[in-house]
Amino acid sequence: MKIKVSFILNGLQVTVETEAHRRLLDLLRDDLNLTGTKEGCAIGECGACTVVMNKLAVNSCLVLAGQIDGAEIITIEGLMKNGALHSLQQKFIEKGAVQCGFCTPGMIMSAYALLLSNKNPDEEEIKEAIAGNLCRCTGYKQIIEAIADSEI
Amino acid sequence: MKFEYHQPKNLKEAGKYLLLNNSIPFSGGTDILALMKDGIVNPDHVVNLKTIDGLSDIKFETGKGLSIGALVKIKEISQNQMIAENFPVLKIAASEIASPQLRNMGTVGGNLCQRPRCMYFRDDFDCIRKGGGTCYAFEGFNKYHCIIGGGPCYIVHPSDLAVALLALDAAVIIYSDGKQKQIPIDDFYILPESDAMSETILKPGEFVTGIFIPELKSEARSTYFKFKERDVWDFAIVSVAAIIRKNNGIIEWGSFAFGGVAPKPWLDNAFNKSIAGIRVASGSIENVVTKAFDNAQPLQLNSYKIPLVRNILRRVITQLSA
Ligand SMILES: Cc1cc2nc3c(=O)[nH]c(=O)nc-3n(C[C@H](O)[C@H](O)[C@H](O)COP(=O)(O)OP(=O)(O)OC[C@H]3O[C@@H](n4cnc5c(N)ncnc54)[C@H](O)[C@@H]3O)c2cc1C
Ligand code: SF4
Ligand code: FES
Ligand code: FES
Repeated sequence: MKIKVSFILNGLQVTVETEAHRRLLDLLRDDLNLTGTKEGCAIGECGACTVVMNKLAVNSCLVLAGQIDGAEIITIEGLMKNGALHSLQQKFIEKGAVQCGFCTPGMIMSAYALLLSNKNPDEEEIKEAIAGNLCRCTGYKQIIEAIADSEI
Repeated sequence: MKFEYHQPKNLKEAGKYLLLNNSIPFSGGTDILALMKDGIVNPDHVVNLKTIDGLSDIKFETGKGLSIGALVKIKEISQNQMIAENFPVLKIAASEIASPQLRNMGTVGGNLCQRPRCMYFRDDFDCIRKGGGTCYAFEGFNKYHCIIGGGPCYIVHPSDLAVALLALDAAVIIYSDGKQKQIPIDDFYILPESDAMSETILKPGEFVTGIFIPELKSEARSTYFKFKERDVWDFAIVSVAAIIRKNNGIIEWGSFAFGGVAPKPWLDNAFNKSIAGIRVASGSIENVVTKAFDNAQPLQLNSYKIPLVRNILRRVITQLSA
């Protein structure tokens, strides 16, 4: 069964016709060719698929196409402005918060959602914001430092 | 995953779609999408409740109580100032649920109706809860299963909200056959001995529209303690929701509910009765606590839950009566 959904993606209005059973993650990666968003566990446990929807971090592997009609969605590809990396991206590089990089887009989108509602988060608030994002490489310390140093 | 997707405008339409063969309600999708992806639940019809107006409000009426719509997000409960002031137990339970991403999407109705986390249920085992003839946990890996109320299935109910709501004596409001009706939350959940394939009384065509929590007396103090294996998100190994009223060093009244111990959020009326009238400074708390769950029937790998639940009780009672 096909449904039509319209939403704002990284600042641009898009409309797609898709099967009702497809997930936001499938739309992004397969239909819209935005492969920055990663698929890890596909059941809400790892956070690799995190995007920002209506200013909040969500797991795109658990969002159905029908749920995004009218929503505003920002993915990792939406952060760079005029060819310049976003402060979060820059700080992740500077602080060594990226190793294999698989968790990075999701981690940065969780951090971005945090900064949208809280410009100066303390360490506890940062830890809470990334509690749903697993990283198997860095040990989190550099990630927390990078977020603490970033601005929106 | 192949299904027909319905977007009802009102309760009646939703009820109608939910009467279709093999039809399920869909709210935040944080639980059901994983189940569908893994082929544990294979609906022909998916009814998106989020298109229904009027199920997203939090309303407090002095002298009466708190109404919360089924589509209210877990995040909204964890961040609501009025709930934090009047019902700390509910606020803490909500804050302890899952991760920020999941609290942003997950709803109250979905949280109450989420399916069990038994690893055999979530995997490829045709167990009793899926209509098969065997409980694989009974003789298998049952570290996380129930210590009371089990048989023929031994799940624990995974909802944190439900445990807090049970201590608060809340009612679940359900839509049924053209009407909305209130059901005490203890009656909303059922044990496997009455139906091992469903966790609630809901029948086809019925769904949750909200909850109602009666106002607490202002002197009441409450808290929620959730024991997890990991520091970040996890389901409860054991949890306790506790509310007490104290006067002149005596616990006048107490309402406790337990998670992680039974196939439904667990109420022990005898325990609640025995805690009333106890002088905090006397040794009586210890007497009552050591009797809690003395009727438990643990499985091979989970008797650790008995001392665990007693230790949590000691901790929350000490905290609330300080
Ligand atoms: C990684 C992970 C960790 C989690 N940790 C916790 C935790 O610590 N504590 C906890 O309590 N929960 C936890 N959950 C479960 C999560 O809280 C619930 O998934 C969420 O609240 C469910 O809400 P939802 O709106 O997304 O439900 P959905 O996924 O939309 O639905 C869940 C179930 O309820 C049914 N349903 C939905 N709405 C209604 C309704 N109004 N009436 C009747 N039936 C309905 C659906 O048919 C489905 O069977 C976790 C989930 C994940 C994936
Ligand atoms: S405890 Fe219940 S859900 Fe788990 S294997 Fe046994 S019957 Fe299935
Ligand atoms: S892929 Fe979505 S949470 Fe792991
Ligand atoms: S950098 Fe490898 S998982 Fe985080």
